Amino acid sequence: MGEYIVEMKGITKRFPGVLALNNVQLNLRPGLVHSLMGENGAGKSTLMKILAGVYTLDEGQIIINGKPVKMSNPLDGLANGISMIHQELMFIPELTAAENIYLGRELRTKAGLVSKKLMISETQKVFDRWNINIDPSAQMKTLSVAQAQMVEIAKAIAFKSKIIIMDEPTSAITEREVARLHEMIRDLRSAGTAIVYITHKMDEVFAISDEVTVFRDGAWVATDKASNMNRDKLISLMVGRELNQLFPKADAKIGDVILEVEDLTRGRLVKNVSFNVRRGEILGIAGLMGSGRSEVLETLFGIYPAESGTVKVNGKVVKIREPHQAIEAGIGLLTEDRKKTGIMGVLSVRDNMSMAAIDRFSFMGVLRRPMIDRECEAQRTALALKTPSLEQQIQNLSGGNQQKVLLSRWLLTDPDILIIDEPTRGIDVGAKSEIHRLMGELAKQGKAIIMVSSEMPEILGMSDRVMVMCEGQMVGEVSRKEATQEKIMELATRFADEAVA
Amino acid sequence: MTKETTATSSIPVGKKKFDLVNFAKTYMIIGVLILFVVALAILTEGNSIAPVNMVNVIRQVSAIGIIGVGMTFVIITLGIDLSVGSILGLSAVVAASLAQNPGGSLVKFEGVDVPVIVAVLAGLAVGALAGFTNGVLIAKFRLAPFIATLGMMSIARGLAYIYTGDGRPFSDLKDDYNFLGQGYLFSDPEVRLSGIPLPVVLFAAVALIATFILSYTKFGRYTYAIGGNEVAARVSGIRIPRVTIIIYTLSGLLAGLAGVLWSARIGSGNSTLGQGIELDAITAVIVGGTSFKGGIGKIWGTVVGALLIGTINNGLDLLNVSPFLQIVVKGCIIIVAIIIDERKNSKPA
Repeated sequence: MGEYIVEMKGITKRFPGVLALNNVQLNLRPGLVHSLMGENGAGKSTLMKILAGVYTLDEGQIIINGKPVKMSNPLDGLANGISMIHQELMFIPELTAAENIYLGRELRTKAGLVSKKLMISETQKVFDRWNINIDPSAQMKTLSVAQAQMVEIAKAIAFKSKIIIMDEPTSAITEREVARLHEMIRDLRSAGTAIVYITHKMDEVFAISDEVTVFRDGAWVATDKASNMNRDKLISLMVGRELNQLFPKADAKIGDVILEVEDLTRGRLVKNVSFNVRRGEILGIAGLMGSGRSEVLETLFGIYPAESGTVKVNGKVVKIREPHQAIEAGIGLLTEDRKKTGIMGVLSVRDNMSMAAIDRFSFMGVLRRPMIDRECEAQRTALALKTPSLEQQIQNLSGGNQQKVLLSRWLLTDPDILIIDEPTRGIDVGAKSEIHRLMGELAKQGKAIIMVSSEMPEILGMSDRVMVMCEGQMVGEVSRKEATQEKIMELATRFADEAVA
Repeated sequence: MTKETTATSSIPVGKKKFDLVNFAKTYMIIGVLILFVVALAILTEGNSIAPVNMVNVIRQVSAIGIIGVGMTFVIITLGIDLSVGSILGLSAVVAASLAQNPGGSLVKFEGVDVPVIVAVLAGLAVGALAGFTNGVLIAKFRLAPFIATLGMMSIARGLAYIYTGDGRPFSDLKDDYNFLGQGYLFSDPEVRLSGIPLPVVLFAAVALIATFILSYTKFGRYTYAIGGNEVAARVSGIRIPRVTIIIYTLSGLLAGLAGVLWSARIGSGNSTLGQGIELDAITAVIVGGTSFKGGIGKIWGTVVGALLIGTINNGLDLLNVSPFLQIVVKGCIIIVAIIIDERKNSKPA
């Protein structure tokens, strides 16, 4: 094995309220494929974005070819021979493949004008050399995801990048395309390029990589040759954290089935999903990012209408094609993205809180203001909400307090079924335990709770039952007793393996 | 048990100061209005504040104000309605054509004599229908409000021209109809020009009803919610298409009302009426503190905004300033108002 082409030492990165990377290291060698593994939020993508110059590091050092470098934007990354192919491909759909490859450094004629002809012929040369069968003059929007990915790789080659980072390149392409991609990666490896390969799919790691590094919760865990690793070892490295936070799921009496979902289907991410929930129960839904966890619930709630399937509440079939129908059926949904789909930023805490229950708060269309004030004040006390007044614009509150207001919004509708997507994402520890306590209490009152969470301890600590999703399908269910991180992880990555095997 | 340092540390410290600044920002527009009134009074040696002139100003702004009330709802939901001026023109000619004295020359409908109320209702209905069409285009066909109402702006004006045929206005209107634009309420028969002009009364009534709707009804909350975050509003169970259609219908209806009042005031229905009034109405709304970023706005602000525009127009007239320069001044006002909105309502990082 040769010298390192990249050394990253003591890398630390903070985002507001989160330590995303804590003193992390990574070394890359030319002509090797290095896989990065870890759960959602482990820090893989963040580290690679730092290497590519998308993020700047707070502490640490990057050494490329033995020389320390400073990087503050993606151009610095490119100048240092680093290209990153993002999970969400970044290209301009209206432009041709060739134009995208030379975007920002267009080839010119002697007269200084941009020459499409020259760019197309140069692109064709790269495509020929690497056996890429795409027309350089095709518009990007006419290409498949896999083809667009090839164009991005060709772009990296055209930039003469010595280090190519691929962030979950196989998340949206077919098996055959995966095989083609891997062929390409092997060619690049033979040519001496260092490849970083981020993936959740276990056997891809063994199929393609020479070395593996595992991250967990923003920290480096282990680096080893792929040949020294096996599936079980990887899983335990990825999830090996102790349950160190307290999750007070109160003992609630589990009653009758209140919600039955049968064969719910919508698009690629919700395929024939069936499940039910009982009164007093907390059903956890686990799965990797993009497994369809949130989409199932958004479809159930009518944000996207289902293509097929039935939903029964209390044994009666209900038709839900719009959120207001779900609310009328006694369902509430606290969405995942607080800012985009939760808060109405410039509106007051009171308006935000009372919005979903406004029918109850009005008579013949006229607001019953004293009632609104009384019930919102009661919520404010019950949830220990910190706001100077109910008049305050909700955007001025902290994330944890915004989340409490949104929880109150649904509590005021007195739902039988409460769906909470990522109940505690991005909020501080105090508010977190408060929200967990409330969820336990609600279950105790006989409400059914469905919770999606990327945080394994939250899933294990709060759920009576865990349903695991993978690629839009429900792949398994584990009871509270049987649930372990390893077991859930194994289910969550099941299809990914079968697809290639 | 909960220790939330982020919330407690940031808000209470700056609270008092923040509120004071906010108060000043909120009511600044009233100060500006008073400033202009006083300044013009001095410059015109008191002519501008003579009761007759003041009543006149208010009567002139009633059209802008009535349209501005509808526009306030539209802009709070992050929309825009460019078609109100054309709708005003169309409603004016339709209503006027039905309110002509039978037997006169240049009558649209020979031998037809319908009650004045029918003429008025027809004008309102035409406005509401045009607004409803806007709403359907925006809510159901997902057109951007700018595009949908730009189209309607052209369509309604074109229809008004077609309806008038040779382009000559419908004049010789019934006295009862003209009363709506020229009449006074509570007038003392002994004194000329006493009492309150009817358009002003109607403007006040529209503003009061709209204030009630925005502040005290479910529909008002929906309006703010859609402007605050449409997706979140939908997730909270609000039927966005329905609310959107009602709001644009309301805007069209109020444009129709303004058209009826205007044609009644000048005693004829002219197809060019209301050209450019959409810009005055938008200016009044923005100057009045409604945010172009949605979710924020008050009717009283729009009323003051309309009065400010009326005062400036009238003052510049009295000072014999060129009407062309007046247009320039209006343009400057709208830009300044937007800059203030940008500063005031920019979201915290």
